[in-house]
Amino acid sequence: MKARGLALQAALAAALALLAWWLYSNAAANLAARGISSGFAFLWREAGFEIGETTFAAYSAADTYLRALAIGLANTFRVAAIGVVLATLLGSLVGLARLAPNWLLARIAAAYVETVRNIPLLVQLFFWYAVITDSLPPPAEALEPLPGVFLTNRGIFFPLPGDVPQLSGFNFSGGAALTPEFAALLIGLTTYTAGFIAEIVRAGILSVPRGQVEAARSLGLGRRAELRHVLLPQALRLMVPPMTSQYLNLTKNSSLAVAIGYPDLVSIANTAMNQTGQAIEGVAVIMAVFLTISLSISAFMNWYNRRSALRGLAA
Amino acid sequence: MRIPLAVAAFASLLATSAALAQSTLEAVQKKGFVQCGVNVGLAGFSQPDSQGVWKGIDVDLCRAVAAAVFGDAGKVRFTPLTAQQRFTALQSGEIDILSRNTTWTITRDTSLGLNFVGVNYYDGQGFMVPAKKKVKSARQLNGATVCVQPGTTTELNLADYFRTHNMKFKPVVIEKLEEVLNAYFSGRCDVYTTDVSGLVAVRASRAPKPAEHVILPEVISKEPLGPAVRHGDDRWFDVVKWSLFAMIEAEELGLGSKNIEQQAGSPNPSIQRFVGASGDIGKMLGLDNRWAVNIVKQVGNYGESFDANLKPLGFERGLNRLWTQGGLMYAPPVR
Repeated sequence: MKARGLALQAALAAALALLAWWLYSNAAANLAARGISSGFAFLWREAGFEIGETTFAAYSAADTYLRALAIGLANTFRVAAIGVVLATLLGSLVGLARLAPNWLLARIAAAYVETVRNIPLLVQLFFWYAVITDSLPPPAEALEPLPGVFLTNRGIFFPLPGDVPQLSGFNFSGGAALTPEFAALLIGLTTYTAGFIAEIVRAGILSVPRGQVEAARSLGLGRRAELRHVLLPQALRLMVPPMTSQYLNLTKNSSLAVAIGYPDLVSIANTAMNQTGQAIEGVAVIMAVFLTISLSISAFMNWYNRRSALRGLAA
Repeated sequence: MRIPLAVAAFASLLATSAALAQSTLEAVQKKGFVQCGVNVGLAGFSQPDSQGVWKGIDVDLCRAVAAAVFGDAGKVRFTPLTAQQRFTALQSGEIDILSRNTTWTITRDTSLGLNFVGVNYYDGQGFMVPAKKKVKSARQLNGATVCVQPGTTTELNLADYFRTHNMKFKPVVIEKLEEVLNAYFSGRCDVYTTDVSGLVAVRASRAPKPAEHVILPEVISKEPLGPAVRHGDDRWFDVVKWSLFAMIEAEELGLGSKNIEQQAGSPNPSIQRFVGASGDIGKMLGLDNRWAVNIVKQVGNYGESFDANLKPLGFERGLNRLWTQGGLMYAPPVR
């Protein structure tokens, strides 16, 4: 019995390998027949295009495609990392608000969840981008809500210690800046994902047996202590697996950045593919990177899941 | 749109067997129409009109090929493509011709697996700025934010130009034309850059108030725009190439859609060969001998196409005049 199972599995693996080899050799032959270059040598060639914003590292048009892709990856990381944190905070607040005894608060939270979950994310991104670029003034008429902080349709400029943004020529220079593309993408991803996270939080809390709440009340715990010491520790275990998939979704959805011009990995890879014509290699890079990111998040969350599960009742 | 197309492209690149024996001309004749990749909407080059009929000089080239192959300029279907989708669509066989204001460069000609058949519009890259910025020259653009579409030679020329002149800029790179134009018109960018033809067309057809935008005098690159076909199919390459040349040659010979039937009886030997009254040029291409008559009668000559599509938008003929009138449009002899 066992031997037959093993043989079947081996045959399946062999068939898959054969199929992969067939697809690969076909692609290689077709590319060669059509005179399309292939291989990854292009990564070390000069990219020749500029990138609007960079995270951590500098970049110029004289750098290589490899560096351009790395800049894109860093930009993806930046928006995904900040997005995950903000979406978790906002989602938890909204989730708790939906369960609040205050009728109005619960209704507002419910309306929020239904709105963001039922409008396609791409449309929401266009909306936020339009809000920022159409409603904020040009640099020359910038709003200054706080000294040194400027709101413009070129982005939001903050002062750094000893480095205050100044209007020079076409735009502000100096200080730190949040571009409209980054801001729109971050707001869009955060508010959208928070809608789903809110429901996960609500479901997690509601799944804790009613008796636990009654026990907490009969011990004389306040609402806050009840949440912190009784409800959340039990709810958290149930929330971790669905949260993982929301984090993965947020990271993958960040590739919609192309539509509003945020230079994330997909946007840079698309440009590279177009300049070099090497679409297969470009898409392979994108897939490998997203697979790595997603598997890493998954691995971390699984570890966290095991850890939090052990502390629970099931242990 | 991009993802399904890319997936389709891979599927076809991966799965079609290496022996892709059938020639494009045979395949086109068998399916009964030419599949032509065009711009999603660039006034004067390719854009659907209010009835949904595609109009423009790039569209006319597609119709000319259909007229040459089938004797019917209507036997063509259009695939609107963004700048990023266009080469994959051609490489994967989804379209037969790419006629989408595409710049002919050596990299594209050699490493993308395609062949440019010629030039149907000689262009160059320029800059458009709002008039109220009071910018007179591209050299004053240091520090500007520039809206640009990705996957174009425009994006590379832009970086080259600012590097050469030791100036800095911030690109805002958005793929869809509507979105990149929104970004420019909303003031997200100081400058919009693309080929001058594109700037003229956009200003005339998309700007809320055309008079509020100026095109700067500098033309920073050579952009010969032309149709392309897949590499390695010489017969189809010849058909598309000579369809374009036929339109140019017809203008030079004084043949247009109105007079070609009357002129068919002309004793001029050049015209006789062109209309197929003598010789068998059509057969050499694998087409009907009246191929050129069908093109000119149904689509018009190059000048007619230019006047119908580009002139109303305010385009000058400029470099695109015939060589006999001081321009660059020159077809090899039809003999």
